[in-house]
Amino acid sequence: MTVTGVQGGEGARAARLSLRGVLGRWLGVVPFLLFAAAFMVLPAATLLVGSFQDARGGFTLVNLVHVLRPNILRSYLLTIEVSLVTAVGGGIFGFLLAWAVTLGGMPKAIRGFLVTFSGVASNFAGVPLAFAFIATLGRVGLVTTLLKSLFGINLYDSGFNLYSFWGLSFTYLYFQLPLMVLIITPALDGMKREWREASENLGARASQYWRHVALPILLPSLLSSVILLFGNAFGAYATAYALTGGFINLVPIQIGAQIRGDVLHDPNLGYALALGMVIVMTLTILGYAALQRRASRFSRA
Amino acid sequence: MSWAMTAGPATSRRKAWSALWLGLGALYFFLPLLATFLFSLRARKGVLSFVAYAHVFSDPEFVRTFSFSLERSLATIVAGLALMIPTAIWVNLRLPRARPVIEVFALMPFVIPPIVLVFGLIRMYSRPPLALVTSPALLVAGYVVLSFPYIFRAVDAGLRAIDLRVLTEAAQSLGARWETTLFHVVLPNIRFSLLSAAFLTFSIVVGELTLAVMLAWPAFGPYMALVGRDLAYEPAALAVISFLLTWGSLVVLQLVSRGARGQGTTVGGVH
Repeated sequence: MTVTGVQGGEGARAARLSLRGVLGRWLGVVPFLLFAAAFMVLPAATLLVGSFQDARGGFTLVNLVHVLRPNILRSYLLTIEVSLVTAVGGGIFGFLLAWAVTLGGMPKAIRGFLVTFSGVASNFAGVPLAFAFIATLGRVGLVTTLLKSLFGINLYDSGFNLYSFWGLSFTYLYFQLPLMVLIITPALDGMKREWREASENLGARASQYWRHVALPILLPSLLSSVILLFGNAFGAYATAYALTGGFINLVPIQIGAQIRGDVLHDPNLGYALALGMVIVMTLTILGYAALQRRASRFSRA
Repeated sequence: MSWAMTAGPATSRRKAWSALWLGLGALYFFLPLLATFLFSLRARKGVLSFVAYAHVFSDPEFVRTFSFSLERSLATIVAGLALMIPTAIWVNLRLPRARPVIEVFALMPFVIPPIVLVFGLIRMYSRPPLALVTSPALLVAGYVVLSFPYIFRAVDAGLRAIDLRVLTEAAQSLGARWETTLFHVVLPNIRFSLLSAAFLTFSIVVGELTLAVMLAWPAFGPYMALVGRDLAYEPAALAVISFLLTWGSLVVLQLVSRGARGQGTTVGGVH
């Protein structure tokens, strides 16, 4: 106190004032930040700490080594495969749908309907979605039985199984596709009519326009959307759980099993599993953000 | 000259492709809905009936778990809005510099999957002095976190669309206190954003499975999963019911906000 007084009361008071000023200015966002810290950041951080601890709390790297166990590595691979397939598949088909209602010359009403429907369908995930696909393509599902009685096609004899990789991916598409429609439509709206007209006037065919003009402009948006879809599928638990009853080797299912102590009760291994997920998701979002910044170059121009 | 000749076939070809993709999309999206609906009607052998729905609605567990989830989703909406409205106003009015920070936190639930979030919550809050695992408040807190991105985006978009600074300064220069400004000026102007945040939160929380099952609450999501394990036709009925719920609440939202926009455009047309 006295020391600062000797050095100059003015400066100290200014510092104190600005400290209060800073507090005052940040006051309105403090409750949110505290809440986010208490119920999101710190819980996630305890997993981070826990993944480097053994059962008695000592430091160890053994959990990270255990993540490399064959069946856990397999579950990461399977989760990545499902996410990749549904992100690329949903990305391509969602793009085509969004293209149809933006640049494809379809009536405005169809666009409104598609966007509204996508808003609903992208939230129609989890247990009800699994039920819908079981009723449709399950062993006694309506489409399965119809195909058998009308065309003599037995889906399940020809290798299809709703409760395994392709069935799960096909189900995930139901929320992946609409999400793609929602996030790529604005980018397609940003495609200026003049660009197409200019290339047509210069004698470009439609394919040339797409290869040399449209796709290079859209590429960052497309990639970032696909990355977002990847993350969306990667973290999904409820749909897979309800569809397979927990009998599919995905990372979220493994983590769920660790939480419930169904398998070998080893929470620290669970922490490491969760840590791996957060790392993958963080990379995903960083990639998304970087590409979005590139994509916004054209919309600003 | 040449474009007039090529525009015709090119446009019609574009339309044909568009129609094809939309047709395939419609098939993919509506076939499961139709199949689920028809499947749900087949509970009684040989005839189509609403027996499965009758079973669902007469199950006391359905009523109990659904009202449990309904209450949690209302609590989530209230808590989420109470947390986000001041934050978003502050970011738009007083501290634009904080926007990147707030955005990162508000979008973080996209990076932390629910299964990881609930794992962290259980680890952190299962021991004294913070033994909250058995408290319903922890479930709601988790749901508020899940709804961060949706609520923040909706409220923030609403605030950006109005001239917040002019509105608040006008209210204050007319002598309004901050409560009056907030409740009678700002919030009424963004009521559709608030509604949209509320409906989105509702549609996420009401059938949520992961948090509810891991924290062992008798919520609607776990109830549905249980029914799916034991019965055949009732799950299909439940899927139809929850789709109608989601669809219904979002359609209501669209209609309400379109009415508002309609008013705006008529005024614009008059001028």
